[in-house]
Amino acid sequence: MSIEQRARNFLSVLRHCQVLGMTVEQADESGLVIKLPYSEFIVGNPVTGVVHGGAITTLMDSCCGISTVCYLDEFEICPTLDLRIDYMHPAEPGVPIFGFAECYRVTPTIIFTRGVAYQNSREEPLAHVVGTFMRMGKGSLDLNRPPRTAGGAA
Amino acid sequence: MNPQIEQLVRDAHQTGDYRPLIEQIPYARMIGMRVLRLGEEMVFHLPISKDNIGNPVLPALHGGVLAGFMELAAMLHLMVSMNSPSFPKIIDFSVDYLRAGLSRDTYATCQVWRQGRRVGNVAITAWQTRSDEPVATARAHFKLD
Repeated sequence: MSIEQRARNFLSVLRHCQVLGMTVEQADESGLVIKLPYSEFIVGNPVTGVVHGGAITTLMDSCCGISTVCYLDEFEICPTLDLRIDYMHPAEPGVPIFGFAECYRVTPTIIFTRGVAYQNSREEPLAHVVGTFMRMGKGSLDLNRPPRTAGGAA
Repeated sequence: MNPQIEQLVRDAHQTGDYRPLIEQIPYARMIGMRVLRLGEEMVFHLPISKDNIGNPVLPALHGGVLAGFMELAAMLHLMVSMNSPSFPKIIDFSVDYLRAGLSRDTYATCQVWRQGRRVGNVAITAWQTRSDEPVATARAHFKLD
């Protein structure tokens, strides 16, 4: 299965990402791009129409988390340990937001990711993001396995 | 400045009813956020919802929704504690996930550690079963107008 297909499969099971209408735009060995369409439901400031940071956090948490498929041979559920977002400027209302993420260090237990959220080009980021993920081992997305309760969210 | 928002903040402050203010924030409506006023304290509440699920296996609350809920909580807490007529703008946000945020009701409280003239620093704690066993902690900086 191609990296892009695995990324699409991963995104398709995340219910909240489907509610927000997120789609995989591109995925290969160099990283992952996910699109978050603009909608009035994700506005945080009703005066300006600017999207709430929470929707951008959801985009980037998902993007960083799913970018692990660009580097891992098999599906692994990787709970987020921590995530940090620095906002460069507010998103322009009415325009989709793209998230790009890559893994810059993979160890047997931890995956370090970084990325940007942008609208026009990756060189003009709305936000810079770093996220750290924990590896839970292979097959942890297998629906037949008993639930695991260790680790963080997502 | 927005006179309508200003009035909503003032009313919420006086009556302890934050619903009309939250109704004005589409993202808060979408995730289904609520606010409980306990004396002078504010406890933010995110009722369970299948639309907020990320990992379907656990099932778990999406980490982004949990973070978004905590960011909103910090923003509203700051607005109310400052009696601010405008929405504080997020500068940065950092969240540590401590336990699996399961598909359960989630609560958050905030602490303003520093409120300067231009920037506010807020710490947020989110829990599900017990307040001394947080599922996540976060801190945020906001630009104040």
